Amino acid sequence: MSLPHKMNLENKLSRQLSGIPRSGIRDFFELVIGRSDVISLGVGEPDKATPWPIREAAIRSLEKGQTSYTSNLGLESLRVGISGYVEEHFGVSYDPKKEILVTVGVSEALDLAFRAVLDPGDEVIFHQPCYVSYGPTITMAYGVGVPINTRLEDNFTLRAEDVEKAITPRTKVIALNFPTNPTGAVEPPEELEKIAALCVKYDLLCFTDEIYSELLYDQAKHVSIVSFPGMRERTVLLHGFSKAFAMTGWRLGYACAPPVLLEAMMKIHQYCMLCAPITSQIAAIEALKLGATAYEPMRQSYEERRNFVVKRLNEMGLNCFNPGGAFYVFPDVSCTGLTGREFALQLLEEHSVAVVPGEAFGPSGATCVRCCYATAPDLLVKAMDAMEIFVKKHRK
Amino acid sequence: MERLLELLRGNARLSVEEIAVSLGLTALEVAKRMTELEAAGVILGYQAVVDGEKLGPRGVTALIEVRITPEAGGGFDRIAKRIAQYDQVRSCYLMSGGYDLALMVEGTDLYDVARFVAEKLSTLDVVLSTATLFQLRVYKHDGFVLNTDLREDRLPVSP
Repeated sequence: MSLPHKMNLENKLSRQLSGIPRSGIRDFFELVIGRSDVISLGVGEPDKATPWPIREAAIRSLEKGQTSYTSNLGLESLRVGISGYVEEHFGVSYDPKKEILVTVGVSEALDLAFRAVLDPGDEVIFHQPCYVSYGPTITMAYGVGVPINTRLEDNFTLRAEDVEKAITPRTKVIALNFPTNPTGAVEPPEELEKIAALCVKYDLLCFTDEIYSELLYDQAKHVSIVSFPGMRERTVLLHGFSKAFAMTGWRLGYACAPPVLLEAMMKIHQYCMLCAPITSQIAAIEALKLGATAYEPMRQSYEERRNFVVKRLNEMGLNCFNPGGAFYVFPDVSCTGLTGREFALQLLEEHSVAVVPGEAFGPSGATCVRCCYATAPDLLVKAMDAMEIFVKKHRK
Repeated sequence: MERLLELLRGNARLSVEEIAVSLGLTALEVAKRMTELEAAGVILGYQAVVDGEKLGPRGVTALIEVRITPEAGGGFDRIAKRIAQYDQVRSCYLMSGGYDLALMVEGTDLYDVARFVAEKLSTLDVVLSTATLFQLRVYKHDGFVLNTDLREDRLPVSP
């Protein structure tokens, strides 16, 4: 009897999956992990713990024994709270009974939305540099991602004319994320209006991830694409608690959409996730009750840190626009003669400061690095001092 | 509270330039405003926030509740100002409730505080009674929560 061949597991993997590269962030993470001396500007989350009243609400619920499943859609009281919050912040009203779905972070909601509408070969337009999961999530849903590069000279906003050029008969969805991770870009309302008009003109869906909508600076007020004429009926609005309420680890997001779209997303969610964790949902109810009182002090502090970081980066000669939202800056490091990746690797090596190579967010960010300024002010000062020495040494 | 004051209450060593950058003002504007606040007596001083426990066993702090007889005309003011003169008294507040003045008192040891209460405070004619409560541990001081550094738990790089 001959021995069986050793199984080749690589051959057993889905072909769809093998076409997807590893996340550039994970790549870099492995270089940093295990070093205790690093000042990290590499995180995508607030530097503070979740505000205490929110944590306390979760603790109380555990003491009371609230540990069960919830409705697939999420706790009704949470959906009612979300409905009120969304109406107040985005100017659009959604029925908590059939137009709001509570998910495990916006990441799950995005995955559900793509899987709910995409057939193999359907195209999704999205802007780059962007959050790492857009391209892969589209591919995993058998769609074809069509990235549009945004430019430093436009402060990484998206030009409606570029969108129109990318539209083909196979285009089904335009995916937006403003304010943007990793650039901090905020789309001007007049450009947003033009993109909305394109969605209507070409009968496209719009998935808009507005997770950073509370973190806007210079007295700006958030404008959502869903508020433009003809958009509510074709938009999936994605939002969550991670950024504004410093709740990244709770994994809680939500989707608001017309009933047909929401029901399709719900179908996938109920089989693959069942429901979002109840403790996180109860915490989120408390977060909504607190509203701006929970995030306004953090927002104000981020704005001050942004002012500091942008000034320092420009003074040391890096080309860095003043981002209007989120908590990232995305300086171009070309003046050092290094790519973003080389810059990040050498900065880590020589000064123990971690920033993320821009290429992790798409090829158009290859000359940039992402720095998160939701980092304690004393560490920001140290990191900027180190970067200044580094840039001086390498500057061409 | 004015944001400039909030920033200084968090870190009084911020330079005028740093504050100006953070708030989107000029250094001149910040310096001028600080001078105004100092002149108006809003800013009384700039001090370090010290975790005394880290210094090892030295000194004690006590909260002393003092009941006093108010004076006709002056109320509590004259006597409160007089008690506040003692070097041992770090803070002195007029309170509502079961007693009148709350004093935060620092001494080298228990007996030092006891002596202050017995010889200085209780001997004042207007003092009706005192209750001395010794501070055992500090968990939060002037907005600073002690011994809770969460930084190590965060991932160094995340999406």
